[in-house]
Amino acid sequence: MRKTPLLLAGLLAAPAGAASVSITIPQLKVAEYHRPYVAAWLEPSGGGETRTLFVWYDIKKTGSEPGTKWLADLRSWWRKGGRSLKLPADGVSGATRAPGTYQIPIPANIKPGAYILHVEAARETGGRELVSVPLTLPAARGSASGKSELGAITIR
Amino acid sequence: MRLKTSLTLAAALVALAAPATAHRGWLLPSATIFSGSADWVTVDAAASNDLFFPDHRPLGTENIKVWAPDGTEGKIENAATGNVRSIFDVQLNKPGTWKIGTAQSGVSGSFKVDGVDYRIGGRRGPAPSAASGQGPRFVNSVDEIPANATDLNLTESASRNEIFVTAGEPTDTVYQPTGKGLEMVPVTHPAELVQGEPARFRFLVDGQPAQALKITVVPGGKRYRDSDGAMEITTGADGVATVDFPEPGMFWLNTSYSDDKPSVARATSRRLSYTTTLEVMAP
Repeated sequence: MRKTPLLLAGLLAAPAGAASVSITIPQLKVAEYHRPYVAAWLEPSGGGETRTLFVWYDIKKTGSEPGTKWLADLRSWWRKGGRSLKLPADGVSGATRAPGTYQIPIPANIKPGAYILHVEAARETGGRELVSVPLTLPAARGSASGKSELGAITIR
Repeated sequence: MRLKTSLTLAAALVALAAPATAHRGWLLPSATIFSGSADWVTVDAAASNDLFFPDHRPLGTENIKVWAPDGTEGKIENAATGNVRSIFDVQLNKPGTWKIGTAQSGVSGSFKVDGVDYRIGGRRGPAPSAASGQGPRFVNSVDEIPANATDLNLTESASRNEIFVTAGEPTDTVYQPTGKGLEMVPVTHPAELVQGEPARFRFLVDGQPAQALKITVVPGGKRYRDSDGAMEITTGADGVATVDFPEPGMFWLNTSYSDDKPSVARATSRRLSYTTTLEVMAP
């Protein structure tokens, strides 16, 4: 483990910051719009334990139901990692976001290797979409685009 | 009246003799995967030919049991029985995998006492008048069979019909086999069923792998296609059946097994059946 930061420093002349993901939530012209629940996670390309980068949901919901009721609608994320997280999770849980483009840093402490980045969005009264982008950490580059619930996903 | 009674009896006996032709009993949960901390699952319970359309008879709710993930017994609420289906709710107020359903057993068949026909189990008509001496007499339980009974032809039947719903992370406590009768122990957890990923289920008879057991898997939505869509899968030596679900949705799974090793004294054979409903997610 101690070697990793040294290696990183050696490979990357550029700023110490690791890769980041830019995720676009598209503007949709629909009569009833609710901000989507969105989750992103990294899965080793050979399979294995996943790591959730973030999940945006109704985190502030009060009352007897702590806002997790609809998280299962992010069905892939829920199965691959969501259901084993204790929510809200520090640095992972966040509120839903309006349409726009957001920069999410990929944590620097993730082991270098081949991964697949998955981004999944599910919207109340709307659809659900999963976009997957293969990438290799730490020198990650990649992009893909959703068709309905997600816009451009860019890793750099 | 007498004619009608004997026809009813005959029908009941035929149904007992050939349950394979009977209507399919099913439990249909509103969902099987939950992320809230106290979500409700609501369940339809009925017997019909086409899945999952309630158009024949409701299943009774009085024998429905709930096994909570922590090993305690849960409860059904808001049970109601309509003309063609029953409904009930279960609040999933503990994290993990729940089992909901029935495990029923009984003995049916015939015997003679001093040359007089007797029956046990099954649907029965009004008691025949002692004077006429026509039609068989009935007893309620095996214990009531007199010691001097002859021509015993008694079948023990035991059936399970159960569904699994998971709140949060899946658990395995409800899959601990009892070692009695026909049971299913998933190799692939029912909360992990996805189209395109073959799933494996192990079947046990008295706790031992049930080899060469025929498993029937039928997708719901019969009204919207032409064929029944039933798949037949046979278990291997390890009792495992591998099911490759062709599409997402709710699937009815059923199997039965007969032998001459009843667990009830004086019974001569037994018939076991297992039924579950599985939800398969889109990838």
